[in-house]
Amino acid sequence: MSSLTIKDLRKSYGNVEVLTDINLEADSGEFVALVGPSGCGKSTLLAMIAGLESVTSGEIRIEDRLVNTDAPKDRDIAMVFQSYALYPTMTVRENMTFGMECRHVPKAEQKEVVDRVAALLQIEPLLKRKPSQLSGGQRQRVAMGRALVRDPKLFLFDEPLSNLDAKLRIEMRSEIKKLHQRVGKTTVYVTHDQVEAMTLASRIAVMFKGVLQQYDTPKEIYERPRNKFVAGFMGSPTMNFLDAKVVARDGGFGVTIDGGDGTVLPLPADRAVGLSAGQPVIFGVRPEHFSPVHVAREAVHGSDPVTVKVLVDMVEPTGSETILMTTLAGQEVVASVEPDDAPNEGESIELAINMAKVCLFDPKTELRL
Amino acid sequence: MAETMHQDFDPLATGGTRRRLTSKGIVYTLLAVFALVYTAPLVIILLNTVRPLDDIVRTGFIALPDAETMSLKYWAEAWGTFCIGGTCEGVSRFYKNSLMMTIPATILSTVFGLLNGYILSKWRFRYDGWVFGVITLGVFLPQQMTLLPWAFVLGKLGLSNTIAGLVFVHTVQGISFTTLFCRNYFVSIPDDLIKAARIDGAGFWRIFYKIILPLSPPILIVTVIWQFTGIWNEFLFGTIFTSGANQPITSAIVAFSGSGTGERHYNVEAAAVIMAALPPLFIYVAGGKYFVRGLTQGAVK
Repeated sequence: MSSLTIKDLRKSYGNVEVLTDINLEADSGEFVALVGPSGCGKSTLLAMIAGLESVTSGEIRIEDRLVNTDAPKDRDIAMVFQSYALYPTMTVRENMTFGMECRHVPKAEQKEVVDRVAALLQIEPLLKRKPSQLSGGQRQRVAMGRALVRDPKLFLFDEPLSNLDAKLRIEMRSEIKKLHQRVGKTTVYVTHDQVEAMTLASRIAVMFKGVLQQYDTPKEIYERPRNKFVAGFMGSPTMNFLDAKVVARDGGFGVTIDGGDGTVLPLPADRAVGLSAGQPVIFGVRPEHFSPVHVAREAVHGSDPVTVKVLVDMVEPTGSETILMTTLAGQEVVASVEPDDAPNEGESIELAINMAKVCLFDPKTELRL
Repeated sequence: MAETMHQDFDPLATGGTRRRLTSKGIVYTLLAVFALVYTAPLVIILLNTVRPLDDIVRTGFIALPDAETMSLKYWAEAWGTFCIGGTCEGVSRFYKNSLMMTIPATILSTVFGLLNGYILSKWRFRYDGWVFGVITLGVFLPQQMTLLPWAFVLGKLGLSNTIAGLVFVHTVQGISFTTLFCRNYFVSIPDDLIKAARIDGAGFWRIFYKIILPLSPPILIVTVIWQFTGIWNEFLFGTIFTSGANQPITSAIVAFSGSGTGERHYNVEAAAVIMAALPPLFIYVAGGKYFVRGLTQGAVK
C-alpha cells in the first residue's frame, strides 16, 4: 500500500513556477530522500506535503486520502525542522507534550508517551531543561522526540542534520537510520547532501530546477543515472565527463576520447545499445572506476584491462583514499586510488578503466544513452 | 552555551598612573557639571515645595529652605485642599482622572499592538505591508492635525468631555507605536516555531498565548513604559477635549496659575508639579534598564 502519493504536483508563485509535474509514491514504511542543490524546490515540496504551502495544481494523498486543502494538523504528520524549532520558553517535556495538549490527549497518556520516547532517544535527563540549555545534538534529539510522540502516518525531515558539526552529523545519521528501522514509519527526508540520501533512503528523488530528475533506489541512481545532472550530483568526487566519439569495433562499439591518440575503449555489449558510429557522446566515468594498471584490479573488474595514459597534476590524500587530479587527452579527469598505489605529482601513468561501470550521455539532451 | 567572562572595555585604563588620574579627573568633572545642570531644575522645584510663600517671595526661587519655617503642609494642600476653579479639593481628583485614563489606554493599546504585530509578522496576507504602513503612518502625524477629526468623532460618539473619550483617543493613537514596536520585535521570532506549532495542532490563539506571549516580556515592557509615560504626560488632547472636573492632571495644573485670587502659590504649585511627574518617573526608574534592553534585543537568542 502506498502511504504517500504525489500526482502531477505543481507550485508557482505568480509567474514563477518552482515545482513542475512532480510524481512520486512512497510505500508504507519507506524512507524517501528528496535531494538536490539549494533552490531545486525540495523544501517547497516538503512544505506542501506538510500543508504549510498551498498546492497550485495536482494531488497529494496520504494513505489514499486527498489532503490538498487539509490543515497541517489534520494530515497526521510530524516534522523535524532544520532549525529544530523547539519552543524556547518551554521545557523539553513541555515541547514534547505541546502537540498532545492541542489534541486534548489525557495527561496520564501524555506522560506515558513522553517517558517511552525519552527512553528511546535517551533524553530522560534533559526533560526538565529549556532548549537554550541543550547542545546541538541534544536539540536534534529533542526535535525528533517531539515528532515521535505523535505516532503519525508520515515523518517529514527538513535537512535535520545541516546544523550539526561533521562528526555529530554522521552519528545522528546512523541514529536516524536505526530509529527508522525500529519505528518503521514512512519518512520523507529533505537534504542537499547526497551521502545522507544514499546512506538513509530506500528510494531517492533527485530534484533540479523544480523538476524531478529521477526517482529510484540508491543503487540504481548511482549506477544508472538517468541524465548527466543526476550522474554529476550523486557521488563524491563527482563523475568525470569527457567529450568522446563512438566508433565501430569488431562486433560492437567503442569510444575514443576527443583530443586523444585515438585509442579505442571497447564498450561492453550492455552499455552499447542504440549507438551509431561517429556519434558524439559524453563519456562518464566515476573516479573510483579508475585504477593504476600495475595494481591489476582486473582480478576484481574482469580480464583485459582497458587503459588510458594520464598525467598526474595534483595528488590529494584523504587518508582512506587518494584523489588524483589528472589530465587525459587535454581534458581534466579526477581519479581516486588506494593511498598505497598513489603516484607522485608530475608522473605520467596508465590507468585502467572499469568499462562495465561507465555511462554515456547524449551531449544535447544530456540523457543517458 | 559557554559562560564567557565579560570585561568592559575601559579606554582610560591604559598608560601611567599620572595620566590615568588626570584623564579620569577630567571625565568625572565634566560629568559632574552636566549632572548638576540637568538635576538643578528638579532640585529647585523640590526645595520650593517645603518653603513658605513669603520666604519664596522675599528671597526668590533659588534659595535653601529655612530650617525653622520649612513644612510639608504645602504637599497636603496641593493634594487635598487647594482651590482650583472654585472647587477646593486639590489635585487629587485630577490625579484620579489621569490614572483612569492612562491605565486602560495603556493596556488597550498594548494588547492591540501585540495582536497587530503578531498578525502582521506571522500571519502574512496580501498587502499586509500596506496595512502596516498605514498603521504606522500615525507615528508621523502631528497631533495638532488630528484634533479636528477627533473632536468630530468624540462628538458623534457622545464622548466629548469624558475620560472614556480620552481613553479612546489615546488607545487609537497609541496603536501606531505599539504595532510598530511589536511587529518589528516579532519578526525576529523564527517562522519555523509557528510552522511547528501549526503541525502540532495549535491555532491562532494558542500560538499567541503559548509561544508568542511568553517570548514577549522585553517588548511588553517597552510598550507599557512608552505608552504609560506618553499618555500620562500628554497635554494637548486633555486640554482640548475635556474641561473642569474631567481634566487629566497635566491640563489641570495649568489651571493653577489662573486660579482666581491672583496670588500665585508657588510652593503648592511646585508640590503639584512634582506629584504629577512621579508616576512616569517611577515607571521609568523601575523599568528603564528593561526598556533599553527590550529595544535592542531580539526575541530568541
